[in-house]
Amino acid sequence: MRAINIKPDMTWRIVLALLPFAILLLLYIAGSDVRLAANPNDKLLPSFKSMGEAIAQYALTPDARTGLYLMWSDTAASLQRLLTGLAISTAIALFAGIAIGLLPLARATFGPVVAAASMVPPLALLPILFIIMGLGEASKIALIVIGTSLKLVRDLILRVYEIPREQLIKAQTLGASTWQIAMRVVLPQMLPRLIDSVRLEIGPAWLFLIAAEAIAAESGLGYRIFLVRRYLSMDVIIPYVVWITILAFLMDLGLRLLQRKAFPWFAAARAA
Amino acid sequence: MTSIVLDKVWKEYGDTVVLERINLEIASRSFVALVGPSGCGKTTFLRMLLGDEVPTSGQILLDGKPLKPEPDQNRGVVFQRYSVFPHLTVLGNVILGKEFEQSPIRVRLGGQKRRDAIAEARALLQEVGLSSHETKYPAELSGGMQQRLALAQALMRKPKVLLLDEPFGALDPGIRADIHVLIRRIWNTSDLTIVMVTHDLSEAFRLASRVIAFERQRNRPEEQERYGATLSKDLAIYASINEALRGATITRDIEIWPPRIAGAPAHGAAKPLV
Repeated sequence: MRAINIKPDMTWRIVLALLPFAILLLLYIAGSDVRLAANPNDKLLPSFKSMGEAIAQYALTPDARTGLYLMWSDTAASLQRLLTGLAISTAIALFAGIAIGLLPLARATFGPVVAAASMVPPLALLPILFIIMGLGEASKIALIVIGTSLKLVRDLILRVYEIPREQLIKAQTLGASTWQIAMRVVLPQMLPRLIDSVRLEIGPAWLFLIAAEAIAAESGLGYRIFLVRRYLSMDVIIPYVVWITILAFLMDLGLRLLQRKAFPWFAAARAA
Repeated sequence: MTSIVLDKVWKEYGDTVVLERINLEIASRSFVALVGPSGCGKTTFLRMLLGDEVPTSGQILLDGKPLKPEPDQNRGVVFQRYSVFPHLTVLGNVILGKEFEQSPIRVRLGGQKRRDAIAEARALLQEVGLSSHETKYPAELSGGMQQRLALAQALMRKPKVLLLDEPFGALDPGIRADIHVLIRRIWNTSDLTIVMVTHDLSEAFRLASRVIAFERQRNRPEEQERYGATLSKDLAIYASINEALRGATITRDIEIWPPRIAGAPAHGAAKPLV
C-alpha cells in the first residue's frame, strides 16, 4: 500500500502523538541520570525530583520576603500584560482592518503606512518605549500591542478582501448602507477569522512579553526565568518554560473552542 | 412599471472594447435573456444594469431617469455563487433586507417589526419551498436550495428589476427544471422586469419573453486570412488575438412567438415545454 494511503486509526493516532513526547522525556531522564551520577551537584539537567521541590517552593510556599506565592503572582502579572496587550491589538485589528479593507479611501490613506510600519522590528522599539513610557506596565503592554496589532490588521485586511464581491453587491441591492454592510456582512464574518489570526499571534505575544520582562520588571514569568538564570537554577527555569507552554497551548485551545461554539456556520462555510 | 433604456452604451477596459453601441429598450415586465459565448460581455452588460460597472460612454435609463452608479434596492440580483450570506440562517438571510430598511444604525429589528419581518420572510420561504429549512445555514443547503434562498432574499426588498447572472448554471438538470417553474411563477405574479444572463440557449427560449444575443463582430481583412484552416467561423473569432480590439454588439434580438406577457396564461399551442 502506498504511504499516502496509510491512515492511522484513533488508537494509533493517540499513540503516535504521544510517542515524540515520550522519547523527549526519556532522553531527558537518561541524560539527567548520567550527569547526576557523575556529579550529584550538577545544575544543568536537574532531576524531576529537584524540579518538583523547586516548584513546590515557588507555587505552594509563600515567599519569605513578599509573602506572595511567586509562581502564581508571576503568572497573574504576565497574563494580565499579555491579555491586555492582545485585547487591545484585537480591537485595533477589527476596527482598522475592516475600515481599510472595506473603504477605498481608508485603504489609500492608511494601507501604505500600515505596510511600512509592520516592517519595523518591534523589539528595536523597546528602548524607545522604555524611555517614553517608563519601565512600568504600559511599556510592556505597548510592546505587545505594537508587535502583534500590525500583523493582525494586515491579516484582517486580506480577509476582508476575500469576501466575495458578490456578497457586497448583494447587500447593496438589499439597500444596505456602508455602516450596515460593515456591521452585518463584514464584521460577523471577520470574527471567526480574527480568532484564527489571534491564535497565530499568541506565540509572538509571549515572545515580546518575555523580552520586555527580562529587561525591566519586578514580577512575571519572563522576569523570574531571567532572574534565576544568574544562579543557573535550571530546576526553576525548565518548569517555568513548560508552564508558559501549557498556558499558551490552553489559550490556543480556548480560542479554537470559542470559534467552534460561537460560530457554528464557520467550519462548513470555510470548507465550501 | 419599470422600463430600461440603453442609449449608445459603450464599455471599454483600457484598450479593450467589450461592448459597443448598445441601443436597447426593455419594456416593463419583460423577461429578457442575454445569450452569447463566454467572454462576449453579457455579464459586463448585466453589471452595468446593476450599477456595479459604469458605461464608458452612453447612458442607461431606468424609468426615464439615469441609473445610479452604484447598486441599490431597485435592482435585485442573484449570482451563480456567493449570493447568500454564509453566516446567517435561511430566515436570517431573508429578513436581512428588512433590517437594512428599517434599522439604519443597530441593523436589528425587535418586537412587532421583527415579528412582521419574520412573517413576511416565512411567506416568501413558503413560496420558494424552503419552509422546513429556516434554521439551517447556507452551507447545509444544496446548490438549488441556495439559489431559491437567494431569490427569496432578493424579493424581500421588492425590487423593480431582478437581474440574474447565470443563476442556474451550476445546478443539475432536474433541479434546474424545478427552479425554472419557480422563476416563471415569480415573474408572472410579481411586478418585476427580469434580465437574465445565461449560456444555455434552451433555458433562454424556455423562460424569456425576449432573447438577445451578443457576439463579437470581426471584419478586419488581416484577420480573415488566418481563418481558412479553422473549423468554423465562430470558433475562429474567439481564437483571434485581435479579438480584444473589437467589442461585442447586439447581433440578434429575438422576439418570442407567440408573445409571452407576464401574468397572462400561456396559449395552448405555445405551451412551454416545462
